[in-house]
Amino acid sequence: MAKTVAQINEKIKKGEAVVVTAEEMIQIVKNDGAAAAAEKVDVVTTATFGPMCSSGAYLNLGHTKPKIKLGGGRTTLNGVEVYAGFAAVDICIGATALPEEDPKNKVFPGEFKYGGGHVIEDLVKGKDVKLKATTYGTDCYPSKKVNTFINIKDINEAILFNPRNLYQNYNVAVNLSDRTLYTYMGTLMSNLGNANYCSAGQLSPLLNDPFYKTIGIGTRILLGGGIGYIAWWGTQHNPGVKRSEGGVPLSPAGTAAVIGDLKEMSPKWIKGVSFQGYGTSLALGIGVPIPVLNQEIAGYTAVSDSEIFTNIVDYSKAYPQGATESLGRVSYAELKSGKIKISGKEVSTAGISSYSKAVEIATELKEKIIEGDFLLSEAVAFFPGSDSGYKFKPLKTREIKGGE
Amino acid sequence: MYSQKIVLHFPSTLVDKPIIYKLTKDFDLEFNILRAVVNPGEEGLMALELKGDEDEYKKAIKYLKDSLVRVQTLSQDVIRDEKKCVHCGLCVGVCPAGAFEVDQKSREIIFHQEKCIACGACVGACPYKAMTIKF
Repeated sequence: MAKTVAQINEKIKKGEAVVVTAEEMIQIVKNDGAAAAAEKVDVVTTATFGPMCSSGAYLNLGHTKPKIKLGGGRTTLNGVEVYAGFAAVDICIGATALPEEDPKNKVFPGEFKYGGGHVIEDLVKGKDVKLKATTYGTDCYPSKKVNTFINIKDINEAILFNPRNLYQNYNVAVNLSDRTLYTYMGTLMSNLGNANYCSAGQLSPLLNDPFYKTIGIGTRILLGGGIGYIAWWGTQHNPGVKRSEGGVPLSPAGTAAVIGDLKEMSPKWIKGVSFQGYGTSLALGIGVPIPVLNQEIAGYTAVSDSEIFTNIVDYSKAYPQGATESLGRVSYAELKSGKIKISGKEVSTAGISSYSKAVEIATELKEKIIEGDFLLSEAVAFFPGSDSGYKFKPLKTREIKGGE
Repeated sequence: MYSQKIVLHFPSTLVDKPIIYKLTKDFDLEFNILRAVVNPGEEGLMALELKGDEDEYKKAIKYLKDSLVRVQTLSQDVIRDEKKCVHCGLCVGVCPAGAFEVDQKSREIIFHQEKCIACGACVGACPYKAMTIKF
């Protein structure tokens, strides 16, 4: 019998809901079948923890006396460039932003010790952060300069917005060249020295809801340890890729945009990161509940690592050149065994996304739901689906005649 | 055969003395240098593995200490900050000594300090700055 989100919420409020993690659901469906599992289980919790480079924090600082218009001027937080092209005191700090004086990759590989991701982490930790801004004066905003400390507890709003997250599957990165590569997929040793992957696999939210039947706009989630929501489908959403028989995409596919109150987040689940030779980013923990509405959804949430496949991509040539060639297909079960075979060579594998942290988040979300501290929300609209024709396009560059 | 991985800190006055040569000649120890930063006029350091007779090894350590070389076991010098580590695994593939292992059950990363050769590859590769090398 099919259930509704409202019915599941009633059970949560009464303390009667049966909640399991996506890892636990695999065995339940294996033992009892999807139909019985759908009767028994009300919610499956999924999660992921990893670097999300598109993250940004929108801050409203409040007005100085006399007032200043940061919009159109230049603003830094702890020396890191922030985007100020909005209203008077609204700014946005992006995860990969760097201080102007950072040597970047001039001495290769650069260390990227401190960037936007670290500023966001420092804000969440409640540390004072140095605000410096210069701008032009107007009749309504006469000040041209501000130099002060800000603290997350004193500013008006601090909103984390991440327009691309929860990537449904991702490449395995390897290096066919004869020099070490420093990438957002970590350090890749020469001549197939290692292979890095980045997905929680069987715990990953969109791999447990491959056709976006429950996860949609308005879905309440755990974001950085606080409450967040899915705001939209994510940028680069690409639902039309090839899928396995079970519907699991065989290459990077759907994505979700997420939003949440930075003030409610915990430094345990939101961390600035430095990728040698690449730059800074922000690692984020996310938990997404899936209401088990029927047998079909129960079946999807039972997906296991051995049924999720992805492509091995060379980051020395194919990836930077935008080519789509794959060096082969492997399952997450193989990737997690620690070794895979590529062109006859045994290559050691490592994750960028932390599976043990994903388990911790899925378990935390499960406990919150069981205790009645987290109710499910019903999506108000759904993502473009696998047959929508919605596609991730490359940028076709055109010559600007007479231009520079 | 007795074997130990150690780190030697040389005061600047000793950098031009043939200390390592003495270890082989007088104490019949085999050495394998894992990492060295030695510059004239500056404090130097060297991580090395010593193999040989245990008694001779002890005598060699006494000789080093008497010569004002500071001796530490290697594992004390590469440290993982457990609060910073998120157990992602980016250190696993870059470690030439196989000092990191994924626990197949918990999926956490185990750091085998005894296998570490203090090369520093993990220090740069860790995005969370959880690994430090104190030389």
